[in-house]
Amino acid sequence: MTVAATGGAVIIGASAGALDALSLILPALPADFARPILVIVHIPPDKPSALAQILDAKCRLPAVEVGDKDPVVPGVIHVAPPNYHMLIEDEGHFALSGEAEVLFSRPSIDVSFESACDIWGDRLTCIVLTGANQDGARGARMIASAGGTVIVQNPTSAYARAMPEAAIAACPQAKIMTLPEIARHLQEHAR
Amino acid sequence: MTDAQVKVEDLEIRLLLDALYYRFHYDFRNYAMSSIRRRLRQARVDMGCATISALQEKVLHDADMLPQMLRYLTVQVSEMFRDPGYFKAIREHVVPHLRTYPSLKVWVAGCSTGEELYSLVILFREAGLEERTLFYATDINPDALARAQAGVYDLERVRKFTENHRLSGGDTSLSDYYHTGYDRCVLDKSLRRNVVFSDHSLVSDQVFGEMQFVSCRNVMIYFDRALQDRAIGLFRDALPRNAFLGLGAKETLRFSGHAAAFRDFVPAEKIYQRTGA
Repeated sequence: MTVAATGGAVIIGASAGALDALSLILPALPADFARPILVIVHIPPDKPSALAQILDAKCRLPAVEVGDKDPVVPGVIHVAPPNYHMLIEDEGHFALSGEAEVLFSRPSIDVSFESACDIWGDRLTCIVLTGANQDGARGARMIASAGGTVIVQNPTSAYARAMPEAAIAACPQAKIMTLPEIARHLQEHAR
Repeated sequence: MTDAQVKVEDLEIRLLLDALYYRFHYDFRNYAMSSIRRRLRQARVDMGCATISALQEKVLHDADMLPQMLRYLTVQVSEMFRDPGYFKAIREHVVPHLRTYPSLKVWVAGCSTGEELYSLVILFREAGLEERTLFYATDINPDALARAQAGVYDLERVRKFTENHRLSGGDTSLSDYYHTGYDRCVLDKSLRRNVVFSDHSLVSDQVFGEMQFVSCRNVMIYFDRALQDRAIGLFRDALPRNAFLGLGAKETLRFSGHAAAFRDFVPAEKIYQRTGA
């Protein structure tokens, strides 16, 4: 595991308005993007989600829904499945959990952020996008204090501003960017 | 937390899991670390300990702590007929095979508080198979087993159970199987007629009989890959050729050394059939 071990990972949390926001960021990434990308979106628990297929069709990078103990692969968009928390077991593997919902959500953005922080620490880039709740704020603060990079979508340009605002309040050192700026940042930090 | 802090905490966690093993013979040492870490952090905060080491001291010197720790270390979140498609697939694809057997044994491994067990008993009753079936419901957590045996659930959960049951293709009314009192739903004790509840560990115990169907959903996600393989090996040994194994929606046999002993039966619902291998 060469690239993941040195280049860390990118983890993205989004809720209301997620698909439009992700559709402006992820298709902009080049096919040789060398870091694993983890995506957590609040989706209904009791039906299959098409999110991974939709992103896979739109992006140059492959997108897959995560199963238990699946490998973490550089240059792949890994989407948290409905009704499970997505944890990172080690640099090379995911683990899923059916623990109780957090802030009414499973998958929970905070749970994945916190777990990714334990694994990648200051080699992690975390991005909080549009959403109508507080999820992600707590995890973003943890990542920032571990020395990771925290990027938050500019609330004024977000479909729902509560989630970015909560993340900024919890994490004052966060970089605030529009969606095109986030895409450009990732292009420049592709490895 | 910095990298160094996480490393120290992981060390403390390993020591606590060792302590639980050597003192109480509960073996969580091969559980998935990411989930154990999260739950022990919660336990640490809830119990007012500054460090995991302080939590360990409490666990070792206060015997009353063990049940509390087990509540954190074993996940007890389920619902009746969770993932209705799974139960629908059992009705439509597994039951026709099971009908050809004069007697049946079904093992619900890691039954926790019993929701999955009772779902299967009701399904088997609806299919006319309950009378010829012996159900084994096993778990390592005595409190969870006692709750499974009691079959009492919060009334507010019943609406979801009922909806799931209907979506699973149930042709009776779920309300035929319980009565309500206060804020509780009490399952009919006749559902336990053919059930044996027992303490059993997928970590350390052996197979106890030949089964026609094992259902083990969202239990092995808490294990590391080595321990998953041990558990799947138990299921392989318990299941004769053509018997069935059902897993959780996001679980797979793909990474297992025992994969060749099973074939996909209903892939979308993670139902496998034992091969002759």
